[in-house]
Amino acid sequence: MKSKQEWLEQVYNRGKERPVRFSTLSDLEVEPLYTPEDVKGDYAATLGYPGEFPYTRGVYESMYRGRLWTMRQFAGFGLAEDTNRRFRFLLSQGQDGLSTAFDMPTLMGYDADHERSIGEVGREGVSVTSIHDMARLFDQIPIGKVSTSMTINCSASVLLAMYLVQAERQGVPWEQVSGTIQNDMLKEYIAQKEWICPPAPAVRIVTDMIEFCTKQAPRFHPVSISGYHIREAGATAVQELAFTIADGLCYVQNGVERGLDVDEFAPRLSFFWDIHSDFLEEIAKLRAGRRMWARLMKERFGAKNPRSMMLRTHAQTAGVSLTAQQPVNNVVRVAIQALAGVLGGVQSMHTNSMDETLALPTEQAVMVALRTQQIIAEETGVINTIDPLGGSYAVEALTERMEADAMEYIRKIDAMGGMLRAIDVGYPQREIAEAAFLYQRQLEQGIKTVVGVNKYSIPEEIPIEVLKIDKELEERQIQRVRKMKRERDSAAVREALRRVAEACRNGENLMEPICDAVRNDATVGEISDIYRAEFGVYKDPGWI
Amino acid sequence: MAEKRLRILVAKPGLDGHDRGAKIIARALRDGGFEVIYTGLHQTPEMIAEAAVQEDADAVGLSILSGAHMTLFPEVIRLLTEKGAGDVAVFGGGIIPEEDAGKLRELGVKAVFTPGASTEDIVKWVRENVRPRE
Repeated sequence: MKSKQEWLEQVYNRGKERPVRFSTLSDLEVEPLYTPEDVKGDYAATLGYPGEFPYTRGVYESMYRGRLWTMRQFAGFGLAEDTNRRFRFLLSQGQDGLSTAFDMPTLMGYDADHERSIGEVGREGVSVTSIHDMARLFDQIPIGKVSTSMTINCSASVLLAMYLVQAERQGVPWEQVSGTIQNDMLKEYIAQKEWICPPAPAVRIVTDMIEFCTKQAPRFHPVSISGYHIREAGATAVQELAFTIADGLCYVQNGVERGLDVDEFAPRLSFFWDIHSDFLEEIAKLRAGRRMWARLMKERFGAKNPRSMMLRTHAQTAGVSLTAQQPVNNVVRVAIQALAGVLGGVQSMHTNSMDETLALPTEQAVMVALRTQQIIAEETGVINTIDPLGGSYAVEALTERMEADAMEYIRKIDAMGGMLRAIDVGYPQREIAEAAFLYQRQLEQGIKTVVGVNKYSIPEEIPIEVLKIDKELEERQIQRVRKMKRERDSAAVREALRRVAEACRNGENLMEPICDAVRNDATVGEISDIYRAEFGVYKDPGWI
Repeated sequence: MAEKRLRILVAKPGLDGHDRGAKIIARALRDGGFEVIYTGLHQTPEMIAEAAVQEDADAVGLSILSGAHMTLFPEVIRLLTEKGAGDVAVFGGGIIPEEDAGKLRELGVKAVFTPGASTEDIVKWVRENVRPRE
């Protein structure tokens, strides 16, 4: 038999290729054919069985035959009672976990009645200023029975405290509370850009939360190490893989330095990937990520508990891939991306709604997105076999290549002194901006295609129905917050806030004092103000 | 005499951190031959108007994806006028429904670019519509 090189030279005729660039969405060049010659790794060392090191083929031995992934649609808008209704609708439609989107003021640590909140209250998520809003959000939803994910970062400590105090008020012990809080501050400086204080104190707060959850709320995932925002900001798939894993290493390092046993807290770390449109590249990324994490946890941190080495992940289809033009096409994009997520072995997933480039999704659009996952799970049969693409020469070669390229980035970041240092000098930020600019160029030159935007566009757009947020609700929330502030015991609030400030200074774990402040009706803005005063405010370096 | 290079302030009002678009536009405008000043994230309308005056900008490009454009864009224009810089051309982009874009134009926003607009279109618009301030 000919070697691959001989076949390429003697048989395959590049002259017959269409004059286009054959590369992944992230611009990795792709060969016309892959053969066993392209797969370097030894089967047992690089692949093995699912549920076994290095987990390339999946974190659990039975995967979707044992348990389907959790279908978890991200939702939140308006007042807490509006989102509560959407949550109960989603639960009634067969969704099995909740996922909360907060509005910009809550995400940035401002109360609804702050001047910086004007125009933003309840607009792109739910407004939660105090424990009273949290109570409205989970009205008639048993916290002990659902697992809740909260997408919040710089003010996450406050929202976690509110959730735990609300559990307490529903009579649910903290040991029974399960869910995930995003709380990945490193990727905020890299990509999502929602912050209060500088990176070092932000990571200290994250470490406090890891320590606190490990001891007091052991079923809760205190960090969801997120590639999603890194990718959405314009990173390539390899950059998403590399920067996210490097962020994870930084949190583990901090936990170990805090004196925690790696095998005690690492099992509760989880991940969150973006699933973009390049089908095989995404599957390879998910597989490579699992292998990298397992190897790094074992080799770098000496983890012994298999659960410390398992990269369990949530995934969301790529918001950035959706188009405002011909929005119904987005249903197709989401379906293909979601299928890649499943073939890549994710543990939970959010599928975007077709109208999300225009506004928050309507109920109808959300239902189609959820049904997309249900169709994949129950009609397509892809769940019957574990890691069905394992052994594909193309997929294995791409998995190996992405692991190697991402490890190269991780070595560079190590050489800089770790992720905190790399962020200080703007390394990941600039790499991402560069990749985003390059992609935009390729789009405008027609090297890359977005259907309905730079190809197959139509002059007349057919409008689709979008969700409108009632403007009056901002005023209602402001009045409600002001009334609460007038009626609470202000001496108790002051004393509780003083204790939070003291903990900021003396290094005591912040979570107990914050829980206490929240019980006394201290708000997200007031506790964030303590952070601002004690740790300083981070300013965007604004690199372009 | 060489023509004065136009100075464009690219600004991110509001609380959202979506700066991918703003940075791409800033870079494309710079490559297009304009002087570009980028404010960075999380700017209040007051900070933006102040920066426009301080930097002697001929135009201000606002980028927003949080949905607060109907509050923040008109506020920037009001403050610019208050500071005697009402002739600075204000344009913007982001997730802005057509219905809102129409209202923004009526309120004095010179151009509104929505998803899918190319950097080339934006550079061309600036070249054809922005004039140096007297």
